[in-house]
Amino acid sequence: MTTATLDPATIRREFPALEQSINGRPLVYLDNAATSQKPRVVLDALQAYYENDNANVHRGIHELSRRATVAYEESRAKVAGWVGAAEPSEIVWTRGTTEAINLVSTAWGLDNVGEGDEILISVLEHHSNIIPWQLLARRTGAVIKYIELDEQGRWILDELPRLLTDRTKVVAISHVSNALGTVNPVKRVAAAAHEVGALVLVDGAQGAVHMKVDVQELGVDCYAFSGHKMCGPTGIGALWARRDLLDSMEPYQGGGEMIHFVGRDESSWATVPHKFEAGTPNIAGAIGMGTAIDFLSGVGMDAIAKHEHELLEYALERMNAVDGIRIYGPQSPDEHSALISFTLGDAHPHDISTILDSEGIAVRAGHHCAQLAMQHFGISATARASIYLYNTESDIDRLIEGLEQVQGIFA
Amino acid sequence: METPPLSSLYQQLILEHYRNPRNKAELEEKSVEIHMANPVCGDEVRLQLRIQDDQIEEAKFVGQGCSISQAAISMMTTLLQGCSLADAKILAECFTKMMQGDPDAAKDKRLKDLRVLQGVSKFPVRIKCALIGFDALQEALKTHAREETS
Repeated sequence: MTTATLDPATIRREFPALEQSINGRPLVYLDNAATSQKPRVVLDALQAYYENDNANVHRGIHELSRRATVAYEESRAKVAGWVGAAEPSEIVWTRGTTEAINLVSTAWGLDNVGEGDEILISVLEHHSNIIPWQLLARRTGAVIKYIELDEQGRWILDELPRLLTDRTKVVAISHVSNALGTVNPVKRVAAAAHEVGALVLVDGAQGAVHMKVDVQELGVDCYAFSGHKMCGPTGIGALWARRDLLDSMEPYQGGGEMIHFVGRDESSWATVPHKFEAGTPNIAGAIGMGTAIDFLSGVGMDAIAKHEHELLEYALERMNAVDGIRIYGPQSPDEHSALISFTLGDAHPHDISTILDSEGIAVRAGHHCAQLAMQHFGISATARASIYLYNTESDIDRLIEGLEQVQGIFA
Repeated sequence: METPPLSSLYQQLILEHYRNPRNKAELEEKSVEIHMANPVCGDEVRLQLRIQDDQIEEAKFVGQGCSISQAAISMMTTLLQGCSLADAKILAECFTKMMQGDPDAAKDKRLKDLRVLQGVSKFPVRIKCALIGFDALQEALKTHAREETS
């Protein structure tokens, strides 16, 4: 059983990178939507793997290879459990969310999407859930349609019956917006998409990080996510997809590991998921992601979600009181994940970020790889403060002090 | 690395140019136009020059971005009015050297107000902001030279 609350002070001690000063001030790390910091257990797992068990997986007969393979496959099972997969073979290791989406848009897309077919995405998407579909559309002659946004950055779903047609082959949507923090009604859209027979892919890069995800309950076909945003290492992520879907797909890349038998003219493929894992995988990364899942499970996702929600409410309340601030995204904390996208007076977001950095506060400034969402609001950039399990009210207080500095300079 | 005091970055003259940019308009008769953007941060400029007899008759720009990028472009265009192409090239090289931390370049009086941007050279992630306008200028000079010879 997990506890209902967490103590960020205790948790912070598990993260070595948080124990430092930047420009003479203790680091306040509020750039978690870009990547999270890593707990000591994950760093130790990487080191232990390389020191003790380093070998290639599914290849050797020797002891080290056996250990590496067991740890690697155990991690796959943990990832499967993390999102509610029916079995571990439904998890394909990838470099991250981006590669997982490209895998589907290429391996599934090229065989299932044709000229005049329609791809439905939303204006809120990260570039990694726009560009793979634009590439597919260019190669097949398919057409991309968009779910538009309202003034709070929420999908306008009144138009959904018109947007979904018998030509709609795939609906690719984000679980949580990285640019605005909007928690999207994925389940509702997925159900409507299935009524017209479309495949539903979810970009879960900001979803599986903050909340318990159950792909069965969401009723989707593919869910893509990254290890590094949830306390794991960079360069590892996963695609969950229904087993029958994976079975029906051609391989994404060719190489070692993904074959069953190789002949001069014809070859056959390994079973799922290995069919999609050509070449030596990121073994250490996979083990690190499994360890990150153990760590987060130990803290408890309910406790993490509750902590983040309380901090978000506090941050929204304090930030809304700052003169000249404009917060983008849903006003209600219930439709909002733990990140706040904002501008302040006529200070450009880069200037905000430089001034905050001089106070040891890390936020992101820019378009957040979501230029379509920025265009919707007629802006080119925002500053973004994103919260994770180790952030505290005092971090938010420091952010507010930093924003007062910005006001002072741009007075 | 310790960040130097913000006062070396956000000087009043920079903020003044950011809020009241000079020469920010479309040029009606232009000899050359260069669009330059930094996809990382979204800084953007379209620099427009009217050139006659190896001299910049008029320089205007349209753009958006942070205070550093917009102030640098604004100050640059004030120096470019009536400036010879040779002097414009020297100005661009001198400013670029100052951004790379060259102390002699920072003393060059030809840079005039642009010298208040010297502090940016101590903020490595912001140097690109200060340079975007001069990068566009160097591109414009090259384009013009190519068109002249062809």
